[in-house]
Amino acid sequence: MNLRRDVFQAIADPTRRAILMLVASQAMTAGTIASNFDTARPTVSKHLQILTECELLKQEQNGREIYYHLNPNKMKEIADFIEPFRKMWDERFNKLETIMKKYKTK
Amino acid sequence: MEQKTKVNAENGQQEILITREFDLPLELLFKAYEEPELIEQWMGTKVLKLESKKHGSYQFETSDGQGKVVFQANGVIHEFSPNKKIIRTFEMDNTPFGVQLEIYEFERLSDDTSKLNMRVIYESVTQRDQVLKLPFAQGINMAHNRIQDIVNKLK
Repeated sequence: MNLRRDVFQAIADPTRRAILMLVASQAMTAGTIASNFDTARPTVSKHLQILTECELLKQEQNGREIYYHLNPNKMKEIADFIEPFRKMWDERFNKLETIMKKYKTK
Repeated sequence: MEQKTKVNAENGQQEILITREFDLPLELLFKAYEEPELIEQWMGTKVLKLESKKHGSYQFETSDGQGKVVFQANGVIHEFSPNKKIIRTFEMDNTPFGVQLEIYEFERLSDDTSKLNMRVIYESVTQRDQVLKLPFAQGINMAHNRIQDIVNKLK
């Protein structure tokens, strides 16, 4: 069974959103990321683990250090999730427009 | 090309903003929200009841080809200002999505064009996000129903 975490659950947390914003500018080690928060280091590690599990962050070994990168493809998936909802309303409004144009000419 | 219908849903907020510009005079756009027969046409649902006035209420119902009820919604109207504003609640029966508050603002752009600003406020962030993800599931269901209809006609 696939126990991968839900991306939307991952970004619902404010600290995790702050981490994504931080890493968006440049890749960072867990230590550098943690130094930006008052939160305890193990808590930040847990957040990083969740973000990595749902592929919003990627790890990259550089010498002795592990750097965390933003995964732009996964971020795009989040941006796109509103699209079906928008399309549904767009189609509904198109229909309204067509019907009301006919109504006008009656 | 710029999109006619825009949806704005900020992360962690419990509301959705939907805006749309129409190639219709303001009065005609508003009429589409006022007349039950017109709502039935563009929403594709049956309007069982609609009292377009303060403290009025409404009820929608949609059935599939076999007459089975697949969607029911109802709500109460809190403000009804012709050609300006509607505030109402909206609740889908037998779903976990709770009651949403809908604020519709109708705006005149020119003699032949108008704009609708629709603000929908949910009970919680979680409920809002569930509703946003709904069209994925609904799309599959609707395609399924359409196939069913076509198959039934072939019989």
